[in-house]
Amino acid sequence: MPAEYRLILKHASEPGYTPDLACYLRHGGYETLRKGLTLAPKTLPDGRVLSAQEQIREEVLRSGLRGRGGAGFSCGMKWNFVDRKSGKPVYLICNADESEPGTFKDRQIIYRDPHQLLEGMILACFANDVHLAFIYIRGEFVEGARILERALEEARAHGFLGRNILGTGYDLEIYVHRGAGAYICGEETGLIESLEGKRPYPRIKPPYFPAVLGLYMCPTIVNNVETLCNIKHIVAMGGAEFARIGTPNNTGTRLVSLSGHVRRPGCYEIETGKVTLGELIFDPAFGGGLREGRQLQAIIPGGVSAKVFRAGERVTLRRRGLDGKETVEERDVLDLPYDFDTLIAAGSMSGSGAIIVVDDSVSMVEVLANISAFFAHESCGQCTPCREGSLWMAKILQRLAAGQGRRRDADDLLHIADNIPGGRTICAFGDACSWPVQSTVQKFKEQFVARGAEAEARRAAQRAASAASAAASTPGRAPVEATAQPPPVAIPSGS
Amino acid sequence: MSAGSLSSNPAVTSAGSVAAPPETLRVRVNGKEVVVPRTMPDWQGRPAPTTMLQACEIAGVTVPHYCYHPKLPVAGNCRMCLVEYGTPALGPDRQPILNPDGTPRIVRSPRPAIACATPVSPGMEIYTDTPGVRAMRAGVLEFLLINHPLDCPICDQAGECKLQEYALDYGESRSRFVEAKVHKPKAVLLGPRIVFDAERCILCTRCIRFTRDIVGDDALGILNRGSYNTIATAPGRAFDNNYTLNTVDICPVGALTSRDFRFQMRVWFLKETKSICPSCGTGCNILIGSRQGRIYRYTPRPNDAVNSHWMCDYGRLNYKWIHRPDRLQKVLIQGQPSTWERAMLEMVQRLRQATPGTVAIVASARLSNEELWLLARLKQHFRALSDAVPREGEGDHLLLHPDRNPNSQGARLTGICYTEMGSVLPRILDQVQKGTVRTLLVFGEDMTRHGFEPDLLQKLDTLIVSDVLPNATTALAHYLLPGSAPAEKSGSFTNVQGRVQRFHAAIAPPGDARPEWEMLAELVEKVTGQRLPSHLPGLFDAMAAAVPAYRGLTWAGLGDLGVSVPV
Ligand SMILES: Cc1cc2nc3c(=O)[nH]c(=O)nc-3n(C[C@H](O)[C@H](O)[C@H](O)COP(=O)(O)O)c2cc1C
Ligand code: SF4
Ligand code: SF4
Ligand code: SF4
Ligand code: FES
Repeated sequence: MPAEYRLILKHASEPGYTPDLACYLRHGGYETLRKGLTLAPKTLPDGRVLSAQEQIREEVLRSGLRGRGGAGFSCGMKWNFVDRKSGKPVYLICNADESEPGTFKDRQIIYRDPHQLLEGMILACFANDVHLAFIYIRGEFVEGARILERALEEARAHGFLGRNILGTGYDLEIYVHRGAGAYICGEETGLIESLEGKRPYPRIKPPYFPAVLGLYMCPTIVNNVETLCNIKHIVAMGGAEFARIGTPNNTGTRLVSLSGHVRRPGCYEIETGKVTLGELIFDPAFGGGLREGRQLQAIIPGGVSAKVFRAGERVTLRRRGLDGKETVEERDVLDLPYDFDTLIAAGSMSGSGAIIVVDDSVSMVEVLANISAFFAHESCGQCTPCREGSLWMAKILQRLAAGQGRRRDADDLLHIADNIPGGRTICAFGDACSWPVQSTVQKFKEQFVARGAEAEARRAAQRAASAASAAASTPGRAPVEATAQPPPVAIPSGS
Repeated sequence: MSAGSLSSNPAVTSAGSVAAPPETLRVRVNGKEVVVPRTMPDWQGRPAPTTMLQACEIAGVTVPHYCYHPKLPVAGNCRMCLVEYGTPALGPDRQPILNPDGTPRIVRSPRPAIACATPVSPGMEIYTDTPGVRAMRAGVLEFLLINHPLDCPICDQAGECKLQEYALDYGESRSRFVEAKVHKPKAVLLGPRIVFDAERCILCTRCIRFTRDIVGDDALGILNRGSYNTIATAPGRAFDNNYTLNTVDICPVGALTSRDFRFQMRVWFLKETKSICPSCGTGCNILIGSRQGRIYRYTPRPNDAVNSHWMCDYGRLNYKWIHRPDRLQKVLIQGQPSTWERAMLEMVQRLRQATPGTVAIVASARLSNEELWLLARLKQHFRALSDAVPREGEGDHLLLHPDRNPNSQGARLTGICYTEMGSVLPRILDQVQKGTVRTLLVFGEDMTRHGFEPDLLQKLDTLIVSDVLPNATTALAHYLLPGSAPAEKSGSFTNVQGRVQRFHAAIAPPGDARPEWEMLAELVEKVTGQRLPSHLPGLFDAMAAAVPAYRGLTWAGLGDLGVSVPV
């Protein structure tokens, strides 16, 4: 029987658990911090001596922890890229911008268990010799920011933060910074620009890799809220033990934000790769299936940026195991274990861990029109393909959804979407806005073509009717050939 | 860079060429191997890893680009310069894996890269001409055009527009965009000299980076998001520094136009003449745009040793006086219209009678080196007192120099004045007052503004005056010789830093007016009996042979960018 595995949300959902420090301490809070900060130097067989900081970094690498913000990049490797020889301070930023539609996991932690985040974050900072860190929180999380401020104050008052933490001589300050309501502020370099007080235009890489030229042009680590919470558990149990949770290369747990047409939407914590998409949707422990009489139509498996799956889709998984051998197998989409690597092999991604379930009560044209309107509104507009392409696609989709479409709109959409992703843009938003279009139009093409065809037929009928009445009233005049172009549909201006 | 350090560029030698760093690496561009330096000057002239775009340039391959500008920080936003590339495959030993034929095996990157910001690495292969690259360029152009107003027929940029050029070279000729275009503000006055059409803007941010990073005036920014993005100033603030018009030059499209130039002339009708701005001692290199004897605009001409790619608004707009209706156009003798022959004859007669010590010369430091040198010949001949008149204004941190004479150094080096310009003027005044000086030659200055009262000037036996516009001194001249604006003649100036730079005639002087060097060469020959070359290059070479500071220079050798001499 698949079941939840609660590591991060272990206490948060217990009745009576409160976000204050006293409650956290009662549940063993900040014990791990003490442990991490006071790790004795360790001598390796080869004679090298590892400092406490290096030991934590080793453990994180060993744990196999992958980023929970979207890209799933190895956390230990990211930390290894940090330029520690520049002589400049290293900054750490907790990405709490959580704006990927469908995602509501970081807020569980922030609202219910903020000290867990702080403990993980302080450990991450300590491990990377960071003395100044920021929590960049989504502007809409007004209460979340207040909760974090309060938690920081409590931590400071108890010597977990500030000067000489727990008497170890380690100093760290953490500030909360509220965003102003833009999705692009979640992209790490856009976030850094925003934190610097500028317009959140993502930076070009090269040369501005955060690990080298990040905040204020200093080496910077950006990690997601959930990623940072995991640091605490890795230090507590050790990297090797942590790696036993989940599946190889997909270790630990994932917070899954399940939404859409399921009976029990919600945030579930699972062992990575131990539960399938089908179980997440249909098992009583999770989504509990669809509503009465509804059929599954589509699954968006990792936030709206992820490529969509069509119900019944057979997926060919071509995977190279850790031993280097390639295996090929075909599975139904519902039988895909929910982890990083499988979903990538299946042509999509687990992204932010947000699963959106779509049943047959809605049109995929409208689903996509909705998604594309979001991206057109959120494109920062810095680079050409995304700036112009995202709005163009949204306009076509809105027109199509409004009954003003054409048969060829589907192909136009595919062609436009092909001109945006894959390194053509400055940041991954370009991929994010085109992947849903590529995959939805491809996999549900008949719906898009049908919408266009209906509209064309209706227009043709109208033309015929008006030509007939015109011919009746002005005999001898040939009907006017109407243009193939539909009237334009206006999209309200963004921002 | 701290704004204002345009000429403190370590990688640029005085000749404006880049000293080649010793280290090089080999790359291939479309199959052709080129050796490129490991580092090349970045926008500030500091060595930075050589980019793909620079390597392609070295290979003679053009990579189209909008946002990249060699003198601005790289933005990488237009995506027009996307190329495909590959790098040598490395084995586990970090050594290149070889093909059976011994060449290194190249792994093609699955993702393209922007050539303007991506450094080259040894053995890299860059492909700019693949179907993939062509499709990306066509894609970017299509995106840029869907919301563009396509109002080329009424756009000032038409003819020098990168959108037009690239659309022709790399774009599709048909549009499949049937939606409503995004509408944005048009004809917005961003500042007193700049008009902005947001619909034409391709959001390359060149203008923003220029004013922020070159001028140090963070005046422009972007409003809104996505396709609705619009360049704007902060509320209540105008885009008004002394360099705003450079944004019109670097704007790749017709979004920024000059209030002065817009709608005046189609650019393809303009003749462009290489010249030097005469409005201060910096001597910015410029192009004069003219048509049928009329000047329509000045634009900066790149010269790393002097003005980079820029010029100031003050200098750029200071040309209207050239077409003033009250320009001096007639030779006047005692106020009566006459001819050059007649005036020359009489002046020569009078000057031949003048005895040494009774002649004084005041020459404007707006005259060319050659003209000042010719006056210095007369000075020598008559052992005359001579001077020039300082002209001072407020300088700024970038280009505008407090010395508003374009050729103060020329006046010094040719011996017209001492290092302290104007220090001899009191002695000239004194000797005119005492009656020792009976003949005064004034070229290009109004003596009544420097202590020489009209009454006093009237007492002179001979007052020879040349100028371009009327003033109190020209009104009193016994011989009034109409002269030329720098735009109407050729010659050279020596800027405050000792750079000797050529300028060329863009238009003809009005009426009977002549270039001063022409009339002076004739006068000097007839008065002193010396033979002088009758064309400007020869005159320059004669001067260079005679003036120690210019020794070794030749007119041809100055080239378009000039040569520096110690000052
Ligand atoms: C358009 C865009 C939006 C993003 N939004 C978020 C976000 O809201 N929260 C987040 O943690 N990461 C977001 N990311 C991912 C971040 O750029 C970054 O990879 C992540 O914060 C790194 O943390 P991790 O390694 O712990 O996952 C976004 C990325 C893109 C391209
Ligand atoms: S891809 Fe889109 S969001 Fe990212 S920088 Fe470009 S325009 Fe902005
Ligand atoms: S106004 Fe011109 S220079 Fe400025 S961003 Fe627009 S296109 Fe670029
Ligand atoms: S700085 Fe001087 S030389 Fe340059 S444009 Fe301005 S006035 Fe002319
Ligand atoms: S020139 Fe604009 S991205 Fe390179």
